[in-house]
Amino acid sequence: MSIPITLTVNGIPRTVALEDPRVTLLDLLRERLDLTGSKKGCDRGQCGACTVLLDGRRVNACLALAVSHDGAHVTTIEGLARDGELHPVQAAFIAHDGFQCGFCTPGQIVSAVGLIQEGQAGDDPERIREGMSGNLCRCGAYAGITEAVATAHAAMAGASGLPGGYLREDAA
Amino acid sequence: MNRFDYVRAGSVAEAIAAGAEPGAAYLAAGTNLVDLMKGGIARPERIVDITRLPDLDRIERLPDGATRIGALVRNSDLAHDPDFARSYPAVAEALLAGASAQLRNAATAAGNVLQRTRCQYFYDVASACNKRAPGSGCEAIGGVTRAHAVLGWSAHCIATNPSDFAVPLAALDAVVEIEGSAGRREVALEAFHRLPGDAPERETALEAGELVVALRLPPEAAGFAAHARYLKVRERTSYAFALVSAAVALRMEGSRIAEARIALGGVALKPWRCREAEAALADREATPEAFRATAEAALAGAEPSGDNAFKIELARRIVVRGLTLARAGTPERVPALPASPFAGAHHA
Repeated sequence: MSIPITLTVNGIPRTVALEDPRVTLLDLLRERLDLTGSKKGCDRGQCGACTVLLDGRRVNACLALAVSHDGAHVTTIEGLARDGELHPVQAAFIAHDGFQCGFCTPGQIVSAVGLIQEGQAGDDPERIREGMSGNLCRCGAYAGITEAVATAHAAMAGASGLPGGYLREDAA
Repeated sequence: MNRFDYVRAGSVAEAIAAGAEPGAAYLAAGTNLVDLMKGGIARPERIVDITRLPDLDRIERLPDGATRIGALVRNSDLAHDPDFARSYPAVAEALLAGASAQLRNAATAAGNVLQRTRCQYFYDVASACNKRAPGSGCEAIGGVTRAHAVLGWSAHCIATNPSDFAVPLAALDAVVEIEGSAGRREVALEAFHRLPGDAPERETALEAGELVVALRLPPEAAGFAAHARYLKVRERTSYAFALVSAAVALRMEGSRIAEARIALGGVALKPWRCREAEAALADREATPEAFRATAEAALAGAEPSGDNAFKIELARRIVVRGLTLARAGTPERVPALPASPFAGAHHA
């Protein structure tokens, strides 16, 4: 039984007939829509290489069954640049050498976009490292990644509200 | 991953009807279930997708002061809800100490409480595991047991429950709201997860086909907001399951403790509420000696299930540290490294 689903991927509506409900969002993007920027690393939700924005929130595409997300909006690494202009996070990763081999980089960049939009980390390196802990880098480019996220946050100032996470009524 | 039928439920009634069929499993975000299916550990014949069920994604403050957390509220939405975090700061900190941002953005409140153990022998389908394959034995016993239980384990299973969220929920007397074909019922979170005994395959109080629809914090739970912490020790400071964790919440009257709540994580197959230790602290001065005695009481009866005796003293120290930090007061903001005992600058 074929199940048709429609996703808006990087702003473009895409309808796919799923022959099998086992297809993950990651496999649908890579195998059916030829969007191979999102990487299959562990395929078990541990490495973050498959990170996409699903309805605006960063998630592991490898653990999402595509059939469950009919109607969703998805942004992948391919959807970040605008009119040939790199997204500020992409530009910051280049400026700060936030990668070596590059395999984890699409996931790192999409995750960083999500982190900045979430507005919890600001430019605090400790909070950035914590907020990016779901993205592993086997080359160990973490120092550059942390700097890139802080720089991109500054470049995107106003993109998110004040940092959150307050626990007391009397807090700022 | 095995083949399965896919059913998208439009109502709780529809979900329960579909979920009552043998071999059915409920799917929300899938962050645990899809992983287990990829490993061949879970092999449901029918997936009942509950992500479209109406009204289960809300956080409601009830007229009596209780808070109802809909089953489908995302972990990150709950942790970052300003009213929720201020009322139940240890719950927010525990949520943010779990998994990664990507997983918290997807995973649901009920899914967190229902997540399966991370025992590596449960995950390895080539190993004997009474939980995965009842009657096959427990290869964890005598194996690599650093992360295994020191309380409530049996000769049939020494696994632990991996949820951080469930630990402060147990401390705060949360209730699980359940819908099934026989109607609605409630179970205290403390009684929701079962100890292994001789049937480790029975993990929760849920009967076949029953669906968790909400978690509820009772009115008095918000009374601990000024003195509450969650602490978690793990092999690395982020994105790892607990070796030992503790939720500690105090209701203070001046320098005296009016009421204490303590629950431990990472030590048993359920969040481990320490009621006798709590009772010994009630109406006492908050002194280091009292805290140490409380920690001894909290771990009364603990026994290593293998190479994990270190957890017992570690848990005692985490209880003392948790009590000390809770006594000092809830921090203004979730620490940069949530629940980390190595990030105490705020209280230094």
